[in-house]
Amino acid sequence: MDVALINPFVTATTNVLETMAFVEVDAGKPYLKKDNIAKGDVTGVIGLTGVANGTIAVTFQEECILKIVSNMFGEKMTELNHEIADAVGELTNMISGQARKELEELGKVFKAAIPSVITGKNHSITHYTKGPKIAIPFNTENGGFTIEVCFER
Amino acid sequence: MDTSIKVLIVDDFATMRRILKNILKQIGFKNLLEADDGTTALEVMEKQVVDLVISDWNMPKMTGLELLKTIRADKQYARVPFLMVTAEAQKQNVIEAVQAGVSNYVVKPFTAEAISEKLGKILK
Repeated sequence: MDVALINPFVTATTNVLETMAFVEVDAGKPYLKKDNIAKGDVTGVIGLTGVANGTIAVTFQEECILKIVSNMFGEKMTELNHEIADAVGELTNMISGQARKELEELGKVFKAAIPSVITGKNHSITHYTKGPKIAIPFNTENGGFTIEVCFER
Repeated sequence: MDTSIKVLIVDDFATMRRILKNILKQIGFKNLLEADDGTTALEVMEKQVVDLVISDWNMPKMTGLELLKTIRADKQYARVPFLMVTAEAQKQNVIEAVQAGVSNYVVKPFTAEAISEKLGKILK
């Protein structure tokens, strides 16, 4: 997989969460993910097509996403519900949009589908293509989340 | 800026409608309507006069761009201010929206200040 496809998603994630949720995030070291088990409790997945086909997934630990959405709404959120799922869908959409803007500046144009959201402990994340899954862990003051980027070889 | 006008917020994500409503209320707007796609937005606009449309781009049934083109072809709404608030930030998207007659364009993610500034420009 072209590693130039990874960095725009890291930048986009940081930008989206700092702008919309006022949350500071620290990106960890990317690694190759071997299994399909989500690291988080709620995951947004979005398909991308263009110079390569692939998917990105953003999977949040419960504590982390409750804090993020609480900040977005200016109201304390206490449980994973349809409002949290909707917010994860929109965050995934925004991360995809920001990353695609940066990729366009590198000459790589992508289109995105409408995101889907999966909720629950130890759920599976299915990527639509068979390429390697690169995971980038992030930390916040209130738990972590992980981005998975998977493009066909 | 006249904050007594009727504003229609169109987005398929309830999250974004809620964030925009919060920002608009902070600015002083009180007459806020919602729709979750372009088709529903047109139904709302048939039933009551809307003074400003704030719309997402990517939505099921009818996109924000299709909504914009439909509105601009309608005598009653041809000149209604239309703010596109979208994650679609690629150049071609902006060009298409401008050609279709968008009043202004905000890329997600955004700050409350960015929304307020754009509204100030299109409602002056």
